[in-house]
Amino acid sequence: MVLALESKLLAFSLPGTDGNTYSPDQYRQARALGVVFTCNHCPYAKAWEDRLIQLQRDFGKSGVQLLLISSNDPAKIPDDSFENMKRRSKEKAYPFPYLFDESQEVARAYGATRTPEIFLFDADRVLRYHGAPDDNFEDPAAVTQHYARDAIEALIAGRRPEPTDTKPVGCTIKWK
Amino acid sequence: MKIEFLYWEECPSHTETLARLREVLKESELDPPVERIHVETDDQAVSLKFPGSPTIRIDGADLFPVPDEMVGLTCRVYYTPEGRVTPLPTKDMIRSALAAHRIKITKGG
Repeated sequence: MVLALESKLLAFSLPGTDGNTYSPDQYRQARALGVVFTCNHCPYAKAWEDRLIQLQRDFGKSGVQLLLISSNDPAKIPDDSFENMKRRSKEKAYPFPYLFDESQEVARAYGATRTPEIFLFDADRVLRYHGAPDDNFEDPAAVTQHYARDAIEALIAGRRPEPTDTKPVGCTIKWK
Repeated sequence: MKIEFLYWEECPSHTETLARLREVLKESELDPPVERIHVETDDQAVSLKFPGSPTIRIDGADLFPVPDEMVGLTCRVYYTPEGRVTPLPTKDMIRSALAAHRIKITKGG
């Protein structure tokens, strides 16, 4: 079952593609923290990738941190191996950690099912938005609802995001 | 003209892709039946040489050819003419690919 809105953040510690280990605790000062399940291979994840990068670039200075996690089984999708995650994060110069959830325990704990799927927490690490980045994976120029961007702006302004929950659209997480 | 539409239920864009394909066929004054093939297992994906969902085949040939080794139960990556990644072809992409296929047939290719 997916993590319910207003739940507290679930802690984790995962290896990143840069060789470091990351946990949300390292970002205690962040005014908003996004846990984003994604992957290398999925066309939906690829289509939204640049927009996630832009979100981090636009809001990093405002104290917003995204943590991207791939939980896919590389035995099923070789493109999602840790080595290929390292390659991808370098190629795209990711401005956020890209973490490998090899055991898939984090994805299961959050109840994530799709890539990409965003869980956005406020400064108290309460879940305030869950779902898709926006309403158009095909064409960034045709987006009419900037769900994640609007939710981040709301949290920075001390407001509750609206909407709080949208349907994640993307590839299914590839379970072992 | 034989048209097959292969899809995997777990990729969400197949319904929209099929609708676009039917619209393009209609506007091209082509109205062949579209055979929908639901790919459900890895074995089926291998036997059908299924490169991902959704896939459109015309007379057995992929409308958007990919290398043979790309086979599996996955969502398929398409690239727009502008270079954007997308999980499904646009109507313009389907239109152009169909036109190219018809030219190839006319030339006996």
